[in-house]
Amino acid sequence: MRRLLHLFCLALVFIPGPLLALEFNMPKGVTDTSQSIFGLHMTIFYICLAIAIIVFGVMFWSIFHHRKSKGATAAQFHGSVLIEIVWTIIPLIILVLIAIPSTITLVDMYDAGESDIDIQVTGHQWKWHYKYIGEDVDFFSILNTSREEIENRKKKNPNYLLEVDNALVVPINQKIRFLFTSNDVIHAWWVPELAIKKDAIPGFINESWTRINEPGTYRGQCAELCGKHHAFMPIEVKAVPEAEYLAWLDEQKAAKQARAASAEQDWSMDDLMTAGAIVYEKNCAVCHQADGSGMPPAFPPLNGSTIVQGDKAGHIEIVVHGRLEKGMPAFDEQLSAVDIAAVITYERNSWDNQTGDIVTPAEIQALMEKE
Amino acid sequence: MSAYTETAHHGPATGWTRWILTTNHKDIGTLYLVFSLIMLFIGGSMAFVIRAELFQPGLQLVVPEFFNQMTTMHGLIMVFGAVMPAFVGLANWQVPLMIGAPDMALPRMNNLSFWILPFAFAMLISTLFMPGGAPDFGWTFYAPLSTTYAPPSVTFFIFAIHLMGMSSIMGAINIIVTIFNMRAPGMKLMDMPLFVWTWLITAFLLIAVMPVLAAVVTMMLMDIHFGTSFFNAAGGGDPVLFQHVFWFFAHPEVYIMVLPAFGVVSQIVPTFARKPLFGYQSMVYATIAIAVLSFIVWAHHMFTVGMPLAGELFFMYTTMLIAVPTGVKVFNWISTMFRGSMTFETPMLFAIAFIVLFTIGGLSGLMLAIAPADFQYHDTYFVVAHFHYVLVPGSVFGILAGVYYWLPKWCGKMYDEKLGQWHFWLSFIGVNLTFFPMHFVGLAGMPRRIPDYALQFADFNMLTSLGAFLFGTTQLLFVYIIVKTVRSGKPAEQLPWEGAKGLEWTVPTPAPYHTFSTPPVLGEK
Amino acid sequence: MKRWLKPSTPTGLMLIVVLMFGFGFMLVPLYDVFCEITGLNGKTQGPYQGEVNAAQTENQRTVTIQFVANRNDNLPWRFAPEQEEIQLQIGERKQTTFRVSNTYDQAVVAQAIPSVSPARAADYLNKVECFCFQRQPLEAGQAKDFPLVFFIDPDLPADISKLTLSYTLFDITNPASARTH
Repeated sequence: MRRLLHLFCLALVFIPGPLLALEFNMPKGVTDTSQSIFGLHMTIFYICLAIAIIVFGVMFWSIFHHRKSKGATAAQFHGSVLIEIVWTIIPLIILVLIAIPSTITLVDMYDAGESDIDIQVTGHQWKWHYKYIGEDVDFFSILNTSREEIENRKKKNPNYLLEVDNALVVPINQKIRFLFTSNDVIHAWWVPELAIKKDAIPGFINESWTRINEPGTYRGQCAELCGKHHAFMPIEVKAVPEAEYLAWLDEQKAAKQARAASAEQDWSMDDLMTAGAIVYEKNCAVCHQADGSGMPPAFPPLNGSTIVQGDKAGHIEIVVHGRLEKGMPAFDEQLSAVDIAAVITYERNSWDNQTGDIVTPAEIQALMEKE
Repeated sequence: MSAYTETAHHGPATGWTRWILTTNHKDIGTLYLVFSLIMLFIGGSMAFVIRAELFQPGLQLVVPEFFNQMTTMHGLIMVFGAVMPAFVGLANWQVPLMIGAPDMALPRMNNLSFWILPFAFAMLISTLFMPGGAPDFGWTFYAPLSTTYAPPSVTFFIFAIHLMGMSSIMGAINIIVTIFNMRAPGMKLMDMPLFVWTWLITAFLLIAVMPVLAAVVTMMLMDIHFGTSFFNAAGGGDPVLFQHVFWFFAHPEVYIMVLPAFGVVSQIVPTFARKPLFGYQSMVYATIAIAVLSFIVWAHHMFTVGMPLAGELFFMYTTMLIAVPTGVKVFNWISTMFRGSMTFETPMLFAIAFIVLFTIGGLSGLMLAIAPADFQYHDTYFVVAHFHYVLVPGSVFGILAGVYYWLPKWCGKMYDEKLGQWHFWLSFIGVNLTFFPMHFVGLAGMPRRIPDYALQFADFNMLTSLGAFLFGTTQLLFVYIIVKTVRSGKPAEQLPWEGAKGLEWTVPTPAPYHTFSTPPVLGEK
Repeated sequence: MKRWLKPSTPTGLMLIVVLMFGFGFMLVPLYDVFCEITGLNGKTQGPYQGEVNAAQTENQRTVTIQFVANRNDNLPWRFAPEQEEIQLQIGERKQTTFRVSNTYDQAVVAQAIPSVSPARAADYLNKVECFCFQRQPLEAGQAKDFPLVFFIDPDLPADISKLTLSYTLFDITNPASARTH
């Protein structure tokens, strides 16, 4: 027992080293709101600290001085109305003092004035969808950390689990209004540096706003338990100067057209397989697993599946339009024609599935245009 | 003590049927306490899985879906299986002894309310082995994750909750009836010991909110199987409604889990300070105030769902108000210690640790009450730290303190004080090592209920896991102490604690199977 | 023993239990009333019943209304507003449409659920003609236009200059089908 205690004390001595490098506190953030919240947080913290020091101070003083081993004899007083009133009133006054700045900050957070940019944020199991309202730009934002890192087969990079494929790009010094909703269960969009945390609720919309003061990349995570991959749907916000933002918007619009154009081109089997592997890992592996084994009964295996090894059209139909009653989402609006063609080709030529089929982007494009 | 000689030969039945058929409050109290200890270890082993997975970043031991089942089951088992039954066990033993009653008022119902529990928890735990796994939607089971998107085992979960609710309601009714009708002649309500008072208020909270929990799980059941749309937006329902109804139950539930601990501490502190409790009346009124306020603060758990400003402000102010009566209680305990003549046996150590650590949990609760700041704290490890501070060194330490305090009277033997002190200090270090760093990772941005986390949280998580392993294994020492006491403890004295006052200490040691068959005569007040 | 056991106490307590169970269910309509009063959650009422007074539209301030169309659970329908944003004077009556088509290979019944943000604007958005809270069956491949006629109440709080009306389509073909997800 004693030796254990020694070991433990020894461990304590060595801990402070790495501790110094750690983050102990809430980030100050880069918006006026986040900074006033930080101020509130510190104020309340110091008030609590002061209360704790006084209360515990009195307690430990009694513990040291009024102990039987020191010969203390017990007084027999057992109440005083005056004291009870005093220690009811004083905390009340402190509370009122805390309530005033809190109320001011909260009222400011609920400001519904004119905004410059409106972005709809939709939570999906387990990715975020961003839509710039009135701009014809929308995209999914998916975790970009590799499976090797998560499964400890590769060294973790500094942004482990906080990196996405398509970051949300916004301009600084403009009022951005976010609209939150969800596609399935309740999610919560949280970026600590912006001090925004809002629930995304299926069927309902919520709003929040921000005005970012400094350019930079701000990372956050889903904050409401939303199923098994709740930990793996991070948020990445890139705040840039306005000119850069406008250039990025144009780029997005151009890229959309480029994607449509590339569907017309000829794609080789190798190219489709390479592209398909990436699409599969990001969009399919969560349920159907990296080795195609699935998780029966909820998620059927793709390896050896009669649908995957069977007729091409049936396979395409399921990926493009989903299987409503089974929970398989439709991917026609989530992925481009090239991605869909690539992933279907990949599935039909991976593991034990060796059909040798090529599904071309042009086929998918034709199917999607028919609608 | 001649009153007891006539009942001494009228002892318990022998054999295992004694425990199945018993209607004796002491037997049932023991059953409750043993059951909750078993649940503590089952729930604790799940915490072990959680902390082992979180020891390092990356997925090592379990898959995320199993991790979610662990967090859900850990919460449910600890709340409904460990803490609540433990307090009912203490009430069963102590309430009749403290008010001079021969037994609980409804002894057969008492038996039933206990024996429902093993079946309820067997059903809950069996979901782990069902296809699709156990409930994985968190102990708060928010719709639609717990309805439309739930594993099939959710139906068994709902049924188990119904059974637990019935058990709690029966237990609560029994306690209220006992307290109202079976007090020793001449004992007025304001003469009752504080443990009895806090349990009376807790029991009222229980019968007020457990039916609401029953209602909310019934609505879930109907949504899942009968096509209603209480919480399903598809049919015009509202998932946020679920949260309102749930927290209308669950906020008072939080106080259900801590008020009896207030009572235990209010018994122990005067004993070891050898000084009467300071401000008895204000303690009673503060407890009532906390209970009443608990019904109008529920939405502070939902500051981020998008409530209107007026709602946010209302719930922020009412929540802050709770700090006032809670503060009064802490001040009264400290004034009781002030100018006392204190000794520090194990029950007192746990009681002092309760006061200190519960206050820390209370202060972080005050921080959480501030709605704008809560936008940053909500659903992070800061919240996890907060409620573990009020539930582990709060409720659990309260229970441990009570067990050490009354154990000599229960079994007539004294526990090993040295081992008791070891148990306390290891628990105290373990608890703080586990839960204090959680404040930091929470503030730095780590959400709760995640099996894997970003690298900046790694060191604190490792520390937390080490603390959890220490705290968990330390509780094996507690089992050893109890077993050792019962089997080979030194005989306890008639009054094991010098400063102890109250009817429970007037019965012989160990307390005979039947006590107060003739109501005690209260001394002059 | 009789002295200790008055049957009235347990009976009274059981009554509280039953009442509170009922109260749990009562919270559902209570919540709806509460939502209506406070506009909580952006719930909107059904079609507007009152008169539309054309005189009110003169010289009123202009606000922006945005339309958002969502499909829950990746419902395989296309669903989009004809216009994403409209500027209008408050009190002014406007018409717009939402285009829907079923791209699935089977008939699907859906229902649209409305929501308004900021939530306290919900009470001031009056829908004269609306397609929400109705069963909308579409055959495989069928397309349809959903009309929406609305106006904004002149009492809209002055600090609100932009509001969003969202519709989410839910599949209600099989109402009680819990998904194994």
